[in-house]
Amino acid sequence: MEGLPILSLMLLVPMVGAAACLFSGDKAARAIALAATLINLALGIALWVNFDIGGPQWQFTERAPIFAGFSWALGIDGIALMLIVLSVFLMPICILASASIDKRVGEYMAAFLFMETLMIGVFAAQDLYLFYIFFEAGLIPMYLIIGIWGGQNRIYAAYKFFLYTLLGSVLMLIAMLWMVNEAGTTDIPTLMAYDFPVKAQTWLWLAFFASFAVKMPMWPVHTWLPDAHVQAPTAGSVILAGVLLKMGGYGFIRFSLPMFPEASSQLMWVIFALSMIAVVVTSLIALVQHDMKKLIAYSSVAHMAIVTVGLFSFNVQGLEGSMIVMLSHGLVSGALFLCVGVIYDRLHTREIDRYGGLAINMPKYALFFMLFTMASIGLPGTSGFVGEFLSLAGIYQVSSWVAFVCTTGIILGAAYMLYLYRRIAFGEQKNADAAAMPDLSWREWLMLGPIAAAVLWMGVYPESFLAPMRADIQALDARLARAAPEGDARLTINKTAPAKAAAEPAAHEGAH
Amino acid sequence: MDFVASLGLILPELILSLTGLVLLLVAAWAGDKASSAISVAGCVALGACFFLVARTVCAGASGPDTVAFFGQFRADAFAGFAKLMIYAASGAALVVAPAFFGRTGQMKAEYPVLILFATVGMSLMVSAGDLLTLYIGLEMNSLSAYVLAAFLRNDSRSSEAGLKYFVLGALASGILLFGMSLTYGFTGTTSFEGIRAAVGDGLNGGTLFGLVFVFAGLAFKISAVPFHMWTPDVYEGAPTPVTAFFASAPKVAAVALATRVAIEAFGSQADAWRQVVIFAALASIVVGALGAIGQSNIKRLLAYSSINNVGFILIGLACATPKGVSALLVYLAIYVAMTVGSFVAVLMMRAEDGTPIEGIADLAGLSRTRPALAWCLAMLMFSLAGIPPLFGFWGKFVVFQAAVQANLVALAAIGIAASVIGAFYYIKIVKIMFFDEPADTIRGKSDWAHWALLAISAIVVSPLGYLLTAWLGKLADGAAAALFLLA
Repeated sequence: MEGLPILSLMLLVPMVGAAACLFSGDKAARAIALAATLINLALGIALWVNFDIGGPQWQFTERAPIFAGFSWALGIDGIALMLIVLSVFLMPICILASASIDKRVGEYMAAFLFMETLMIGVFAAQDLYLFYIFFEAGLIPMYLIIGIWGGQNRIYAAYKFFLYTLLGSVLMLIAMLWMVNEAGTTDIPTLMAYDFPVKAQTWLWLAFFASFAVKMPMWPVHTWLPDAHVQAPTAGSVILAGVLLKMGGYGFIRFSLPMFPEASSQLMWVIFALSMIAVVVTSLIALVQHDMKKLIAYSSVAHMAIVTVGLFSFNVQGLEGSMIVMLSHGLVSGALFLCVGVIYDRLHTREIDRYGGLAINMPKYALFFMLFTMASIGLPGTSGFVGEFLSLAGIYQVSSWVAFVCTTGIILGAAYMLYLYRRIAFGEQKNADAAAMPDLSWREWLMLGPIAAAVLWMGVYPESFLAPMRADIQALDARLARAAPEGDARLTINKTAPAKAAAEPAAHEGAH
Repeated sequence: MDFVASLGLILPELILSLTGLVLLLVAAWAGDKASSAISVAGCVALGACFFLVARTVCAGASGPDTVAFFGQFRADAFAGFAKLMIYAASGAALVVAPAFFGRTGQMKAEYPVLILFATVGMSLMVSAGDLLTLYIGLEMNSLSAYVLAAFLRNDSRSSEAGLKYFVLGALASGILLFGMSLTYGFTGTTSFEGIRAAVGDGLNGGTLFGLVFVFAGLAFKISAVPFHMWTPDVYEGAPTPVTAFFASAPKVAAVALATRVAIEAFGSQADAWRQVVIFAALASIVVGALGAIGQSNIKRLLAYSSINNVGFILIGLACATPKGVSALLVYLAIYVAMTVGSFVAVLMMRAEDGTPIEGIADLAGLSRTRPALAWCLAMLMFSLAGIPPLFGFWGKFVVFQAAVQANLVALAAIGIAASVIGAFYYIKIVKIMFFDEPADTIRGKSDWAHWALLAISAIVVSPLGYLLTAWLGKLADGAAAALFLLA
């Protein structure tokens, strides 16, 4: 693989596929899209296999100064690697899930493939401006996907998605311009080691926060998400939940934390406050939803809040936990949206009350749905457990109150997911049409099976996923050490219960 | 500097003037039948001038060798860069006209001649080294433009546009002239060099007044808020090829002229005019964006869009640094490509019988009835909104980069936040074309010239445009350096 510009190739394949889809008929477009995403999956696996764990931090680097002021610089570390693998893993599944799309298939597939290029670009970019271009360009395909193939309220949802995220990111652009002016380079690895003046950091951090918080999404700027999710087609929701939301978390871990450690520690309370509110409030909102997709969308907001608290816990457990939650949530929420899509394709409604007792006529479906429900709750043995446990263990070292509030989110999560599952899969078959639905087809097996395997793999042996990221997270932890919050949170813990604070983290550390 | 050398420097203007005069005679004798031949001849003349000027731009010409007629005229790289855009936009205005006017038999032989004379005026504007050259160029362009706006003689909207443009344009010229006379009165000279020497150690009250009036007059010409009111009416009423021309070439000329006055004549007093420019920039961005939202006519919408864009261009000027001027030129170049492309797309909106359609509602569902047109227009709209990876983003990017480098971070932040308002109406057009049910009124065919122009601008605004950034940046830097060398 030496010398082969594999990352550029991964960007090129879907690009070419998108162009081809635009000019071909329905059937051909589906085949082209599937082929392009499978090629990219193969390339992604090659990337993972060839990634040298313990080798240099940045691998597969490419650099071509072909633009004014910035360059075509690509390269990945373990964190980016895992997110790229997640993206290329979900893409063929999304294409398979789009079988029910029957209007303008060529354009649809083109939009998805273009989206894939941009997602990989975001994670692979090593140039600040190149990152911004990829990051922002995602607006165009998502706007079209929601607006053309979405549900009834699609236009409102598309506008909301577009304008919210645009406003968030333009401020980040100004911050980037300032940073480059100050540091004199656009190279992300260099910037990650550059010490910006502490005073400026606050402003820069806030500008980046404006963008990432919207993308993440954090409470209270999360309102675009339920609208966009509900209105997007199934595959759109999968990509949105599975990968696009991760861009926010990736932004925090790649930019906010290493570039502005002092500001991160000063403003950590903002993250904590918003995340605690998000965990509780959106979980409660999810409890009362009648629309399946909305419920899962709100649960995404709650899970992302666990990610943010973990990221800002300034220790290895928290960071590793957040990464695993992101990967796990990408798989699980994607799978849950696919599960919704499966029954939506049959009955064309997302109303929870229209279903019931599906375990009787769709036992295989009910089994998959059960697995993903449990993974979403965080049952041991599934991917959700590993991530949430590590995140909460990490945050507990910083503030027991934040850990306490966020843990209630797990309990509430169990409540709304089990309640959802009971209403859909158990009970009597009160609707004749829902009772007559056939079980999974082979296509749906192909979609859900691999995700289920990945979820169990990550739950039973997370080391495979943690190993590539370990060195990078340790490097980040070392970078953050000088700003790590020794102060208030820890002091109060020590004052109120000194014995507990000393014993608990040690106990947690022994536990995994 | 002898006369021969001076004449050599104004060779492009000479070519254009002589071609214009000869073609005027041809038009007088051969009549409207010859209009297409005259258009072709005009295009050839513009093309020849384009290549003549391209040389000076690529060489980054600057310094005393580029000064003609004792400082009256400057053929430096800065003027050259602007001229390239002007010639290209004028050429496009010639190419798209026959199909538009020819349908109703109103293609007059005067049209290409007027465009050529307007172009000569614009050439003089951007090369002006003296307030009088400036005024002559400006009026030469304006007088042709008034006639062009009213070119459809039996269309009342066109006549109204011409009249409005004339009355308000005359008012603006008056304001400008008043400002120039004050400047002359208090500095004792009309040459930019002399003014710069005179204001070197501070502005007195009278010169300040003169400066404000000069800027007010120029703001009218570039349709910056608060002197923008004429723009939507004139853009809507004027025949579409003429609107395309107004939105591109004269705007480039007026912006380049304003930049030269600001930097060359008043460059040492940047703080005095910066607040005026900043106000006009932010007001243009906001008013342009808000005004566009309620429009139902695509030409009016593009008029507000051009006001909005002028705001971003002025942010580059507000920097008053070589980087800012270079960013301004890059923005202008991309803006011209986007504007010409958008108006060509508007020209291609025709009913089955060829009647032009201007309603935004008629675009509904265009992506299903005319996918190629819809995708090109969507790209242009996203590009105008400044969404990467389209090239329009690069224009905004360099402008804001220059602003941040000039320590105008607050201006950059407010300006870019306001650009989100503008994004709304651009994506509204995309929404109408892609999300709505087809109205299917746009069915007319277009000729290859339109498709070619549209394809060129679509390729320029596509991500491929980024490959141009290094080259474009180098040319613009050279042009800006030429301007600052004189200043």
